[in-house]
Amino acid sequence: MAINKNSTAYTFAFSIVMVIVVGTSLAYTSLSLKGRQDANAADKKMMDILGAIGELADRGNASVLFTEYVVERISIDGSGRQIASANSVVDPKDKEDPFSIEVKKDYRAKIKSAVKKADGDAQALEEALASSTLEFPLYRCLKNDTTIYVVPVVGSGLWGPIWGYIALEEDMTVYGATFDHKTETPGLGAEIREGFFTEKFKGKKLNTAGPLLFSILKGGALTDEYSVDGITGGTITSKGVDEMMNRTLAVYLRYFESQIRSQK
Amino acid sequence: MEYLSIFVKGIFIENMIFAYFLGMCSYLAVSKTVKTANGLGLAVIFVLGITVPINYLLENYVLKEGALAWLDPSFVEIDLSFLSFIMFIAVIASMVQLVEMIVEKFAPALYGALGIFLPLIAVNCSILGGALFMQDRQYPSIGEATVFGLGSGVGWWLAIVAIAAIREKIRYSNVPAPLKGLGITFIITGLMGMAFMSFMGIEI
Amino acid sequence: MSSENTSAVMTKKTSLFSKQNRRLLSDPLDDSNPITVQVLGICSALAITVQVQQAVIMSLAVLFVMIGGNVIISLLRNMIPDRIRIIVQLVIVASLVIIVDQVLKAFQPDISEKLSVFVGLIITNCIIMGRLEAFALANKPGPSFFDAIGNAMGYAWILLAVSVVREVFGSGAISLPGMGQVKFLPTNWFISEGGLYENNNLMILPPMALITVGIIIWVQRSRNQTLIEEN
Repeated sequence: MAINKNSTAYTFAFSIVMVIVVGTSLAYTSLSLKGRQDANAADKKMMDILGAIGELADRGNASVLFTEYVVERISIDGSGRQIASANSVVDPKDKEDPFSIEVKKDYRAKIKSAVKKADGDAQALEEALASSTLEFPLYRCLKNDTTIYVVPVVGSGLWGPIWGYIALEEDMTVYGATFDHKTETPGLGAEIREGFFTEKFKGKKLNTAGPLLFSILKGGALTDEYSVDGITGGTITSKGVDEMMNRTLAVYLRYFESQIRSQK
Repeated sequence: MEYLSIFVKGIFIENMIFAYFLGMCSYLAVSKTVKTANGLGLAVIFVLGITVPINYLLENYVLKEGALAWLDPSFVEIDLSFLSFIMFIAVIASMVQLVEMIVEKFAPALYGALGIFLPLIAVNCSILGGALFMQDRQYPSIGEATVFGLGSGVGWWLAIVAIAAIREKIRYSNVPAPLKGLGITFIITGLMGMAFMSFMGIEI
Repeated sequence: MSSENTSAVMTKKTSLFSKQNRRLLSDPLDDSNPITVQVLGICSALAITVQVQQAVIMSLAVLFVMIGGNVIISLLRNMIPDRIRIIVQLVIVASLVIIVDQVLKAFQPDISEKLSVFVGLIITNCIIMGRLEAFALANKPGPSFFDAIGNAMGYAWILLAVSVVREVFGSGAISLPGMGQVKFLPTNWFISEGGLYENNNLMILPPMALITVGIIIWVQRSRNQTLIEEN
């Protein structure tokens, strides 16, 4: 070989060529697969929403079932006013579609610090959320001629984020609930995703008279129609479920109330 | 509170070795004596404590979707997260090199203790693992990310020092010949992992 | 690492499926197995062996990255400047891993989620860097290709063995890509359904992966006494 491959010039030239080749090929791969990846994420979201109204979907039929059951996608602001509504076919690329609101991202970026700042003061938290620019998505579903609203909730467990979907009937009866987590303790907090826990929510009601909309009680306590048993040994995770439900549903409740008033 | 929880979790519950098997290669290769194990363990704490926060900044101000918005609001759509693997490993490799040079110049005594281990660390899975877990778990601030890095490092150090101490003693035991060395180390690590699992239920 | 077969291949031209090439394929399966003998690449090997399906996908990913890395480095071996050799290797491996990760996210989203960070950790999988450094830098693309397949297979069979043991005893089933979980015990044998059998949940937890590998090493070294260590 004529070129001295250990010279500085050669080393630099080699690195530059390598960076260009690698960068272009990676950018190309990423861009060409992006659409598929977004579609996968959308399917997953649809599966979760359908799960809350008791429809088990898989990736194959998620979008079909979603269009069948979900009749309207609504976004509301922090004080319960409707901002946008959509009922066309879901387009994951459309940023205006309430479907593209990423509640987990919003929670991490804005709500979590507001919760910490309010430090248990529900009034202060409510005001903070109402004055924010956050948007909250809501899914109106029709199943067997019953209207069911599906509300996504996000909060913090013991070790990391927890999230879920609460399905409510028009009279604020809980139709179904699903929860999930990433890093809760197996056998304790992690049980929130199991059926035995989510089954307990079915048929319960939201206490619209307050002070708390819904309570997760310490394991073994007596429950009424506005509360369920927490998970024994998973106290902090249960408290997280309690917190995220009360905080989020309070916002949506204002929307529901204004809906009922306008219907009358 | 939050910090303490992340720290304890990194050491005991989500221990790099016992729960995720990260850094097993050097864990098995350098755990014959406590002295060297201690050196490598300290180097891992050191490097994790430095690279996790740097990668955190990189992730949140360069790579993540919308992370470049601080440069210009029109960059909000840019998502470079597909480059994260390559950027993390580059940061780790160069940081290890840099740390090695700085330590050699300004703290010769420390260099004597850690020096030979630093180059080994660039390819230690636990360092890249630390960066990837940081990305995956999306810590809210750099403080939490740093504490996570340090906690994981301490957990790794604890694991390698403990296994080295056991291996020093087990030399005098009558282990079945085919299990000698590697085999028995695996099994003991498994047993230690079971012991560490008893920390799983704790809540802070 | 395995300097003897490196030099053997370098000395003379070899035809496809010659003795040397076959040795390149078969050695890593047993005598110089990357996991149980060379002690490389254990990090990622253990964490994803809860399900056979994950192990299969992981093995395929490693196979792809190894073949790609070995062949590319071997093709470029006369061009890579010595000083930035390691960085070049890292960049190529990392790029291949990014491609694997993106493809998995697009076509196997559920498995990609389960493998989480472990796809990324293929980059620091010591088998890959080890083989690039020890073999591909000094050999022609052909032998490098076989060396990659051999080592990836040696890695894969350990992964498969561990995952079969863990899933059969831990979940009472085997999951295969595209087929879902195949249960081979009748459901009414389980205690929850009134039978006598219960899954051993311990097998799913991390420590049992280590112990299973320990036992595989035990079996392998009882058969092949030359591998036994001093202490």
